[in-house]
Amino acid sequence: MIRVVLPAHLRTLARVSGEVQIDVEGQATQRTVLDALEARYPVLRGTMRDHVTQKRRAFVRFFACAQDLSHELPDAPLPEAVAAGAEPLLVVGAMAGG
Amino acid sequence: MSGVRVLVGTRKGAFVLTADGKRERWDVAGPHFAGWEIYHLKASPADPNRIFASQSSGWFGQQIQRSNDGGKTWEPVGNAFAYDGVPGTHQWYDGTPHPWEFARVWHLEPSLTDPDTVYAGVEDAALFRTTDGGQTWHELSGLRGHGSGPRWQPGAGGMCLHTILLDPSNAERIFIAISAAGAFRTDDGGKTWHPINRGLKSEQLPDPTAEVGHCVHRIAMHPSRPGVLFMQKHWDVMRSDDAGESWREVSGNLPTDFGFPIDVHAHEPDTIYVVPIKSDSEHFPLDGKLRVYRSRKGGNEWEALTKGLPQSNCYVNVLRDAMAVDSLDACGVYFGTTGGQVYASADAGDSWAPIVRDLPSVLSVEVQTLP
Repeated sequence: MIRVVLPAHLRTLARVSGEVQIDVEGQATQRTVLDALEARYPVLRGTMRDHVTQKRRAFVRFFACAQDLSHELPDAPLPEAVAAGAEPLLVVGAMAGG
Repeated sequence: MSGVRVLVGTRKGAFVLTADGKRERWDVAGPHFAGWEIYHLKASPADPNRIFASQSSGWFGQQIQRSNDGGKTWEPVGNAFAYDGVPGTHQWYDGTPHPWEFARVWHLEPSLTDPDTVYAGVEDAALFRTTDGGQTWHELSGLRGHGSGPRWQPGAGGMCLHTILLDPSNAERIFIAISAAGAFRTDDGGKTWHPINRGLKSEQLPDPTAEVGHCVHRIAMHPSRPGVLFMQKHWDVMRSDDAGESWREVSGNLPTDFGFPIDVHAHEPDTIYVVPIKSDSEHFPLDGKLRVYRSRKGGNEWEALTKGLPQSNCYVNVLRDAMAVDSLDACGVYFGTTGGQVYASADAGDSWAPIVRDLPSVLSVEVQTLP
């Protein structure tokens, strides 16, 4: 079980509150976690990564265990604490005004 | 009793304003999609309770929302806008090639007859269509691929396809406009397109009378006379009497012919409205006086409409999609400002009053006349 914390706008879109808990088949990576998230909440497709290229949107970042994972490869394993459900993966909107 | 529903898109959400046919007392609902940019909302003429909204964010991209109950509740529909084939390049601001990249949907134009069919004008400029109520979107790539695409360039707001006019007398004919490429027309339902910019003159181009490259801000038509088009260009107010084949300037006695919106009276095809703006670098009314100008002769002769509008220290802008008319008698005219006011006139522009004064910056205004 993977814990994911979405930013407020995406929680509103997905109609969830608090953390989201999802099951991921195989190794927990950015790609497998996002695949599982988008499968359960199709409205999130295109909000964190591009529909076609699958590249992370420029103003979206991924943090966990006090580390910035935004620039890790999509298939790199997530930290063990995230894979074990001890720590959440944080999806964060870039700190820019508006 | 008849009434009106005004759909307002703003930088931070959507608002739905409703009134009865007197248009004196207004109910304001919203914000819907709070915190998101709502570039445009528009209802289906074939099913007036079905409304589509373009919801976007620099962080989280594009969503399309659909309501089937007149804007009370909404559901997200498809948000994948993939260009057909290899996107290619257009010109960047400095004239160098720049790859086509989807940014957002600027304008949604529901079919006149089918509530499941909607056209979407997007940035970077392209035209998409859904025929399943918004679940899937497909590019009408004959427009972007007709040959002049590499010469298109962005205006200050981005390279956007912002105007879509459906000809009510000919289902195969569609007019669109792009900043800064110009106006285009299809006569075969969107398969093939050609530029319709003869007569336009833009000093910002190496060849001021080039076939494409013009910063057309808005086109309007009266549904009873779809061969007559009115255009607010970057500078110049223009008119065509031959479905865009040729244009002539009708700026006449306007104090400045820069501006964004242009619209046509619901019952008088030669009565048109513009909001003159000082210049391309000073996007506010001349002399701090917010004035709508009306021509009852299809251009050239204009009168200032000022009653109820601020006539000092007003420095707002009125964007291209932020003016609309209802079809009551007398015709109602509406516009929204970047200062968050939505003004309404229930007497064809003779007098104005704000419906709301303090919304986020207004991006678009549409009006439905309800039975």
